[in-house]
Amino acid sequence: MNLSRLEKLSDTLWRIPPRGPMRVPGLVFADEGLARDMDDKVCEQLCNVASLPGIVEAAYAMPDAHWGYGFPIGGVAAFDPQDGGVVCAGGVGFDISCGVRTLHTGLKRADIQADKRLLAEALYRSIPAGLGSTGAIRLTARDMDAMLKGGAQWAVQQGYGTEADLERIEDRGRVEGADPDQVSDHAKQRQRDEMGTLGSGNHYLEVQEVVAIHEPAIAEPYGLAEGDLVVSIHCGLRGLGHQIGTDYLKRMVVAAQRYDISLPDRELACAPLASDLGRAYLGAMRAGINCALANREILTFLTRRAFAEILPEARLELLFDVSHNTCKEEEHLIDGRPRRLFVHRKGATRAFGPGHPSLPPQLRSAGQPVIIGGSMGTASYILAGSASGTGGRTDPGHAFASACHGAGRSMSRHQASRRWQGRDIVDGLAQRGILIRSPSLRGIAEEAPGAYKDVSAVVDAAAAAGLARKVARLAPVICIKG
Amino acid sequence: MTGWQHFDHMADIGVHGFGTTLGEAFEQAALAMTAVIADPGGVRQDSVVEVACASSDPELLLVDWLNTWIFEMAVRHMLFSRFQVTLANGTLKGLGWGERVDGVRHQPAVEIKGATCTELRVWQDADGTWHAQCVVDV
Repeated sequence: MNLSRLEKLSDTLWRIPPRGPMRVPGLVFADEGLARDMDDKVCEQLCNVASLPGIVEAAYAMPDAHWGYGFPIGGVAAFDPQDGGVVCAGGVGFDISCGVRTLHTGLKRADIQADKRLLAEALYRSIPAGLGSTGAIRLTARDMDAMLKGGAQWAVQQGYGTEADLERIEDRGRVEGADPDQVSDHAKQRQRDEMGTLGSGNHYLEVQEVVAIHEPAIAEPYGLAEGDLVVSIHCGLRGLGHQIGTDYLKRMVVAAQRYDISLPDRELACAPLASDLGRAYLGAMRAGINCALANREILTFLTRRAFAEILPEARLELLFDVSHNTCKEEEHLIDGRPRRLFVHRKGATRAFGPGHPSLPPQLRSAGQPVIIGGSMGTASYILAGSASGTGGRTDPGHAFASACHGAGRSMSRHQASRRWQGRDIVDGLAQRGILIRSPSLRGIAEEAPGAYKDVSAVVDAAAAAGLARKVARLAPVICIKG
Repeated sequence: MTGWQHFDHMADIGVHGFGTTLGEAFEQAALAMTAVIADPGGVRQDSVVEVACASSDPELLLVDWLNTWIFEMAVRHMLFSRFQVTLANGTLKGLGWGERVDGVRHQPAVEIKGATCTELRVWQDADGTWHAQCVVDV
């Protein structure tokens, strides 16, 4: 990114002054190295987002931001329905509520040493992964609607999890306002046999070791100690979300003229929050969020079953589940005044700070766990939200209580598959004690660890910028790659 | 000249088809999309699927055409290695030949979520060749 276009506000905050159609400034959270390495498209997309009707305060980019669709991936923007604000399908994306959850296992690294290979095989057998993979569940039309309304709560009612899990999921595993009638038959058809599947691309299930504790005072209430084994699951909802994105993008592109919205980029297709189309999308998108939450709950059930087969002493308890492609209605303080806003986080994680009333009592004083997935050969991190505020209302200095979501790619799939062979990556990681299981060697090459930015640099920048606190570092032991 | 190629996008991948007619460019763009997943040369043409889409804007028609195949691939668990397009007054009728996905033989690299409006362009160049391209989200 050409830094001459940006004002440096601090070592980790850069401002793009409003110009032309921009209604608010753009703000980029990154150190100088990350900001310089960002694509110029991030700046261009941020300026486009800043020009949308009803945007509040600023359009934000997280330290892992890269070129996305309309919104940069790693983009955050909030809109006020009282001020003509919009909801933007591109600001949520195709992979609605894609996210990560991390589970404790109650085990240490040494406990699985003898059975590591068996555990990898059991997980690979249990977790349907890759293109065309299907789950064991077939939903009737009525079940599908109940799942879309009920989210992880529905999954727990069906026997796929426990009440205790729900405490550790955003919105207790179910967002209000989901409207299955706004989800097309095509979308439901695509999801019919995909519940309890991982998907492909950058989605994975990893067994990880806690290799460093950075903040013991927060690690303790999170239940994390050095040497602990945890499981992290990164995935979304598959076909239903992809089809909702496709359906509504098209409808919003066609309707933009009717709503008198001039689109700087067709991918920014949006509709006023106070319009029939805006409300329909919100209803469908929320159904998509519930579907993703149900899917991760079912995957957790399959993971617990695989562990029980090989290591019956394991106790898989949920630390937390975060989503990173969402639009959520939240209350924030703007100039000291509480306002209900619709916060889009595209490739960004909600990061509520200490004291937020939505957090379960055991986590409230520490702040919300923020899970940052790395690539299969590097590290992942557990952070803690640090946004300040009272009574659940946060000030906007923390990008509406948001943080980064991952490393972000530094190289395209095309480049990666030309540079690396999947087999070499699997063998190289095996020599380092990391077992990879995947249906596709080419998929592994495209997801090579070297094709991603340095996740540690991203996390350090997020911490230095005050978006979140660094709590623990996780290193992969087993990776089931979609 | 008829053919396809991929172009780079940081997180995803671009598909570009070209041909002597607009229909051929669309056929090749769909083939480029199959190649994002697997080598089209290894996909047998065992059965044929018929689709239709409509849009007065040729660029939105391309997005629709590709999304139609993304849907068909997903619900039929198939890959397609030959396409045929008939265009008349903004209405597209298409055929695709392919077979059921075989994880071992096809080694599918990635699942496509949707065709996007990013880098979306449909145009005819000076020598008369038609081009159709966009980025697909994987």
